[in-house]
Amino acid sequence: MQKKKLTPYLLIAPYILHFAMFVAFPVVFSLVLVFHRWNIISPMEFVGLGNFYRLMGDTFFWQSVINTLYFIIIHVPLQLIIAISFALLLNQPLRMLGFFRAVYFLPVVVSGVVVTILWQQLFGFENGILNRLLTLISLPRVGWLTNPDMAMPSITIMATWKNVGLYVILFLTGLQTVPEQLYEAADLEGANAWQKFVHITLPMINPTIFMVLVLSTIGGFSLFIEPYVMTGGGPLNRTLSSVLYIYKQGFFFYHMGYAATMGVTLTGIILALVVLQKKYVERNT
Amino acid sequence: MRIQKMSPARKVISYALLLIGTAAFLYPFLWMVMASLAPEKEIASFTLFPSNFGMSSYLQVFEKIPVLHSFFNSMVVSLSVTFFVVVFSSMTGFALTHYEFKGREVVFYIIIFTMSLPFQLTLIPQYILMVKFGWVDTYLALTVPYFINGLGIIIFRQYFKTIPRDLFDAARIDGCNDMKILFKILLPNAKPAVITVAILTFMGVWNDVLWPIIVIRNENLMTLPQLITLFAVGGKAESQLGVKLASAVMLALPVVIAYSVFQKYFITSMASSGLKE
Repeated sequence: MQKKKLTPYLLIAPYILHFAMFVAFPVVFSLVLVFHRWNIISPMEFVGLGNFYRLMGDTFFWQSVINTLYFIIIHVPLQLIIAISFALLLNQPLRMLGFFRAVYFLPVVVSGVVVTILWQQLFGFENGILNRLLTLISLPRVGWLTNPDMAMPSITIMATWKNVGLYVILFLTGLQTVPEQLYEAADLEGANAWQKFVHITLPMINPTIFMVLVLSTIGGFSLFIEPYVMTGGGPLNRTLSSVLYIYKQGFFFYHMGYAATMGVTLTGIILALVVLQKKYVERNT
Repeated sequence: MRIQKMSPARKVISYALLLIGTAAFLYPFLWMVMASLAPEKEIASFTLFPSNFGMSSYLQVFEKIPVLHSFFNSMVVSLSVTFFVVVFSSMTGFALTHYEFKGREVVFYIIIFTMSLPFQLTLIPQYILMVKFGWVDTYLALTVPYFINGLGIIIFRQYFKTIPRDLFDAARIDGCNDMKILFKILLPNAKPAVITVAILTFMGVWNDVLWPIIVIRNENLMTLPQLITLFAVGGKAESQLGVKLASAVMLALPVVIAYSVFQKYFITSMASSGLKE
């Protein structure tokens, strides 16, 4: 009997140990770090709220947050429109649907590094394929990655290209759960295709829309490899992402306390945004 | 949808749009492969068919960076993490579904809480932990912090719930101990969950760059994506496009091969990761 009571605890022991070491301790230690200046080597120095004062005045950090919000504002609608369109196309009785789905999903499985190296070439100013296409139809070249106003939108286009396949699948799953009777009832009342889409399809796939919103928000704040490889955060810090900035502060300058302060602040911003989105979506259903 | 309502015009338009999509997603990859095989001065063109093919870009990559070595590192790291995630997550999922014990609810809420924490919060302290453990520049730093994840536990928990208790009770009467029940009976009957957790874990670890860049500085211990990233960013590629693209193709190849064989599993697994909310 004694042994049987112990078994579940033995089974969860690895999880608890892992949680304590790699989640609970880091979270608590983060909250210690934010009040200190520390480069790991020399002793920790207590600075009170010094790191937060510094953060308030750090234009690079706020620039990185604004860059991320800019990314999200372009990324979410682009992602939603393209993903829903392809999901609607694939939700028809056509042939080769499996093939199309597999192709759209391909960039999702491939490493972000591959996608970034590839798109760096596509975005090239002189010889990139996109600019060659533009010159072919006698339009001026675009400085995709060199024009400060274009760099972030360019990264957004690339991120959309990489991720949209996943959302196509998710919306497709969502569309297939919409009961057929709803459309039939709407047909009887003489609704047109657009009305059916707005009044039946959209509300039914609302959970998926919310998920795209949340995942894009988290994804935007996780942006690292794309600017790291493509732009190094430039031009004019317009693609400096928050994680790239934390990386620079933490692992270039070894400002551990300050980097942790940014981590904590970002976590606050992310969680607040997600809660806001949740509230907004719930109010609209 | 309703089959009888598909007009020919709608069919044609639908196929046309789907084909445009196919070109948009496939052409860049094909171009990348062809450009990596083309002579350097022909890369800057749309063509998928250069005047002659050659492996020179690939040979240069092999000369400049230890690709095979880091491929091996990536395999060791990804496979060992995948193995331990399946073992530990299934153990926890098993405990949560088949036992009544004090604190079960608490553990479940801890898991959900952990999953909602952004990694930005723990990045710096986890690195400090690695420094203090002396794990920087070892496999341990790349593997141990990833040995369990909440999503794996949730997936196993949901699947184990669907396995009838009778199976479990029968095994117990036959004298199986709990570990044997889990690994000999439950897991073989939970293949979809195992596959999902394995693919998600393997892909996540295989494609990760940020953590390896932080904890590994020794070139001999670098993972493949890390090595290729530093190769592309640093001066070693000497702004030769072909060489950069060749390294990217090599990084993509193992995953693309696995994907083309197990395509259905990849799609359903990765789609389920989005459904955790």
